[in-house]
Amino acid sequence: MSDPMIVTMPIRLEYDYSPGAGRSRFLRGLEQGKILGERCHVCHKVYVGGGSGACPRDGVPTEEVVELPDVGTITTFCVVNVPFAGATVQIPYVSASILLDGADIPLMHLIQEIPAEEVRMGMRVRAEWLPEGERIPSMDTIKYFKPAGEPDAAIDDVLKRMRADA
Amino acid sequence: MRDVAVVSFAQAPSRRRVPEANEVEILMPVVAEAVEKSGVPREKIGFTCSGSCDYLAGQPFAFVWGLEAIAAWPPIRESHVEMDGAWALYEAWVLLQEGEIDAALVYGFGKSSPGSIRDVMAMQLDPYYYAPMWPDAVSLAALQARAMLDGTDHTEREMAEVAARSRRDAKANPHAQVTGDFDVDMILAEDYLVSPLRKSDCAPISDGAAVVVLAADDLARSVSSRPAWIRGIDHRIEPHSLGARDLTTSESTAVAAERAGALDDKLDVVELLAPFTHQELILRDALNLKNGSAINPSGGALAANPVMAAGLIRIGEAAARITDGSADRALAHATSGPCLQQNLVCVLEGE
Repeated sequence: MSDPMIVTMPIRLEYDYSPGAGRSRFLRGLEQGKILGERCHVCHKVYVGGGSGACPRDGVPTEEVVELPDVGTITTFCVVNVPFAGATVQIPYVSASILLDGADIPLMHLIQEIPAEEVRMGMRVRAEWLPEGERIPSMDTIKYFKPAGEPDAAIDDVLKRMRADA
Repeated sequence: MRDVAVVSFAQAPSRRRVPEANEVEILMPVVAEAVEKSGVPREKIGFTCSGSCDYLAGQPFAFVWGLEAIAAWPPIRESHVEMDGAWALYEAWVLLQEGEIDAALVYGFGKSSPGSIRDVMAMQLDPYYYAPMWPDAVSLAALQARAMLDGTDHTEREMAEVAARSRRDAKANPHAQVTGDFDVDMILAEDYLVSPLRKSDCAPISDGAAVVVLAADDLARSVSSRPAWIRGIDHRIEPHSLGARDLTTSESTAVAAERAGALDDKLDVVELLAPFTHQELILRDALNLKNGSAINPSGGALAANPVMAAGLIRIGEAAARITDGSADRALAHATSGPCLQQNLVCVLEGE
């Protein structure tokens, strides 16, 4: 039997992406060293992490801006042991869901400055920012989260807060 | 067949570029308007179906974001087609036929502005033979226009007349993007964009969204004094290879129209999705339209072409004319794929 034929056909398309009102507020905040969340006026939940500008539960614009602290709790995490193209972090590294204090939805980020095997749910972490002057409207402006040096939070209470019907 | 009607239609104003809003932000107020206007309580909406294309946004699963505009809590029953919202409406109509639910929400949305839409559309071609050559959407349409001009009696002047009529009629459409009085001779004096197409022969590039609420039987009668009943709906596809098709006719439109019962009676309004002027001529021939039908009174895609919503808008515009009493019987058409590859025909009637 002959070898199967493999054809490589590169595709490249360029886009000028406009994040919209909601995501723009979040990205502009990062540029200024702030994490800006948004409160839904129907369910009063606070969303953060560059959502669409809508409350996914109520389908209404979330226009009330809430400045959040850069401190939160790890709600879940995974340890990445597989290298992939373009990776800038050494394996093994930790990707985590972090529920910022005052937020009702977690955001995803890296956990650094701690061995992977010591990361745990309920652990309190704090954002490590790029220095002033280097901050851009991008999630990269927060380099990673690191241990906040506080006692762990009660994880059950934290998880309960994230429920859509909470 | 169960009676199903369009009871509400709303659309965003089409614009060349909406940089201040993302897709969800464009869609959100349109969903709210359509649901409010429908009079159908949210909890009666048993199914939600959308049409969009991730290649427009350049992001995988971009369509999932769309759900943020529609309050998907408590969890809803939902589906999506990577096609124009007109096909999402078809899916919802089929589900309504099963009789389990009485109302459905259908939406189509897209921003064509982030990428080069002419090139993006090449991604719908077969990946081995066509796509690597990057034939852009306007060039493929020009290929069809040339075949039509050389193979039929149609002329470039007729094409220019379609452009002029569409944009003149669009002056009465507050959601249209390209409107005004254009002179046929001035259009014919334009340079070719891709011969034999001039810029005026092509739909504008648009960002936009549209939403339709469907309701069945008694629910439709209770929320609307004049529901636009879907009396027939059908869609047909032709071979993928352009070389295997006669590009000067639209057999799939003719078959879909026959199956939908479109030509059994007089049509007051015909809304065709023809993003290029010559395609309207081909569609008119395929439908064998008799005089007396108003064709694209909204201005059609030549006045506003939010890709993935433009077909649903044809159904919405036709339904709106039934509901306001200005028409008793209407045909709405949607197309998908290069050179009118796939076509949907929907027949709407008042009571």
